[in-house]
Amino acid sequence: MRNTSIDLCGVTLKNPVMTASGTFGSGAEYSEFVDLNKLGAVVTKGVANVPWPGNPTPRVAEVYGGMLNAVGLQNPGIELFCKRDIPFLKRYDTAIIVNVCGHSTEEYIEVVERLSDEPVDLLEINISCPNVKEGGIAFGQDAKAVEAITKEMKRHAKQPVIMKLSPNVTDITEMARAAEAGGADALSLINTITGMKIDIHRRAFVLANKTGGMSGPAIHPIAVRMVYQTAQAVSVPIIGMGGIASAEDAIEMILAGATAVSVGTANFYRPSVTEEIVKGIEDYMERYQVNDIRELIGAVQS
Amino acid sequence: MKEKFQETATVLSQSCLGNQIYDLTIQTKEIAGHAKAGQFISLYTGDASKLLPRPISLCGIDRETGTLRLVYRVTAEKAGTAEFAKLKPGDTVQILGPLGNGFTVQSGKKAFLIGGGIGVPPMLQLAKEMKAAGEEFQVVMGYRDAQTFLLDEFAGQGESFAATEDGSVGTKGNVLDAIREQGLEAEIIYACGPKPMLRALKQYALEQGMDCYVSMEERMACGIGACLACVCNSTDKDGHSNVKNKRICKEGPVFDAKEVEL
Repeated sequence: MRNTSIDLCGVTLKNPVMTASGTFGSGAEYSEFVDLNKLGAVVTKGVANVPWPGNPTPRVAEVYGGMLNAVGLQNPGIELFCKRDIPFLKRYDTAIIVNVCGHSTEEYIEVVERLSDEPVDLLEINISCPNVKEGGIAFGQDAKAVEAITKEMKRHAKQPVIMKLSPNVTDITEMARAAEAGGADALSLINTITGMKIDIHRRAFVLANKTGGMSGPAIHPIAVRMVYQTAQAVSVPIIGMGGIASAEDAIEMILAGATAVSVGTANFYRPSVTEEIVKGIEDYMERYQVNDIRELIGAVQS
Repeated sequence: MKEKFQETATVLSQSCLGNQIYDLTIQTKEIAGHAKAGQFISLYTGDASKLLPRPISLCGIDRETGTLRLVYRVTAEKAGTAEFAKLKPGDTVQILGPLGNGFTVQSGKKAFLIGGGIGVPPMLQLAKEMKAAGEEFQVVMGYRDAQTFLLDEFAGQGESFAATEDGSVGTKGNVLDAIREQGLEAEIIYACGPKPMLRALKQYALEQGMDCYVSMEERMACGIGACLACVCNSTDKDGHSNVKNKRICKEGPVFDAKEVEL
C-alpha cells in the first residue's frame, strides 16, 4: 500500500487533494458528484463575521483558458455557517479548513474566535481577495501588514493558521517570509491574478466590478513558479493552487514544493475532478513506484 | 437521490431556424427522463480554451425516448455556441443536468405564456405540458423582426399571438402591446425573456392583480449553485445565502416575480 497521506500542521490528510476556497461552497453542491470522504480536505468559501452580499452581476467572464470572477466574497456570515455548513461537513471523513475573510483586523479576529470551539481542523486566512475594496488584498500586498495580520491571527486562533497569499505583488517570497515571521503555520498560494475584460461591441467592461480575479489552467505555470520560489524561501508547508485541473497538474505543483494542492476553477467545468485527481495521483505513484507521496514534495531536480 | 447527471449525449439532428438560431435534438440517458419545463442543462465545448459550461434551456423534453430539444442562439463567430452549431447527427456532446427548478404550474388558473427573443424556446415545452394537462392558456411571443422562430409550433398548442419590434408580424411593439391590442386577460403569467420584458410584466401583473412567474438568466460558471456567480437580487433575505441574493441556477431560474428585484 502506497502512502498518500500527508501531515499539514499536525493534521493528517488522507491525501494532498483539497478544494480551493470559493469554488466548492461548503461541499453540499458537489456531494452529488464527488465522494467527499475521498478528499484530503474541503476548504470552504470565505466566511466573514456577518453576511456579505458580494458584488453586482455580471460576476464572471470567460477568458482564454481561464475565467475572471468578481463575486466579492458573498457569504452567509459565521453564525449560519457554524450552524449549517460545519455540521454538514462533519458527516464526512475529510479535514475541514475554513477560509476566513474580513474588512478589518477586528473582523478577522471575530471570525477566528467564533471558530475556536468548532470542530474545524485548520483556518485559511484570505488576505488576497482582489475583489473587495477594504480588507482582503489590502492586507496582502504589504509585507509589514502581512506580518501584522498573521500575528493577530495566531494570537486569537485555536487551530493552525494558513495564510493565503496574493500573486498580485512584485515578489511573493517577501510576503511569504513576512507571513512566516508572523507565525503562519502554512501558506496557500496563489489566489487569483487581477484581470479585466472589455466587450468591444458594447465598449463596456464585462464584469460589473470592472476587474476580476483570473483563474483556470492559463495561470497554472505562474502558480507553479510562485510555489517553487516560495518553497525556496520559507520552511512552512505550502498548499499549491492555481489552474490545477488534472493529476499531472497536481503532481507538478507538489514537485515544485507544495505539500498539498487545492483544485479550484476545474470544479466548475468538471464537478467530479477532485476525486479523479486523487485517483490520478495514485496511478502516478504506481507507475513510478513512489511509495510515499512525501517523497515528491519539492522533488524537482535542479 | 441523484438529481443531476453528467452525460455524453449523442446528437440526433440539428437544423438552423435562420439568423443564428439553431434547433438541436440530443439523445440522453437519464436527463430527459428527469427534466421538467423551465429547467436547463449545461453544455460543454470540446475546446479546452473555453472552460465554462453554456447553460441552455429545454425547448422540448421527450421522457419516453430520452431526447431533449435545445433551441439556442449562436452569440458570436467564435463563441462556444458556434461550436455546438457545427454538431451533426452521431456527434457527441458533454452535458450536465437537469439544472434549476423549472416552472410549477398552478392548475386551474388561466395563463399567459410569454416569451421574448431567446426566452421563447423554454415556453414551448411548458405549452405542451399545459395543453396535455388540459390547462387554459394563451401564448404571446415577442420577437425583434419577421424571424419568428417556433411561433408556428406554438400555434399548434393553443391560441397564439406575436409582437415584433418592427411590426412585421403581429402587433408592432412588445408582448404587453400585443396583450392590450388583443384585449387578452389571464390570471397568471409564466414568462421567459430579457430583463426589461420581465420587469414590465412584473409591473403589469402587479397592476392587474395577477400571479407572475419569470425565468431569469445571468452569466454562470458552475451551474450547480456553488460559485455564486449567477445571483439575482431578492426582495427578502434568502435562506441559503442569508443575504438578499438568490442563485438563478439553483433557486431559479424560475421565480415568483414578487420575490426578485427586476
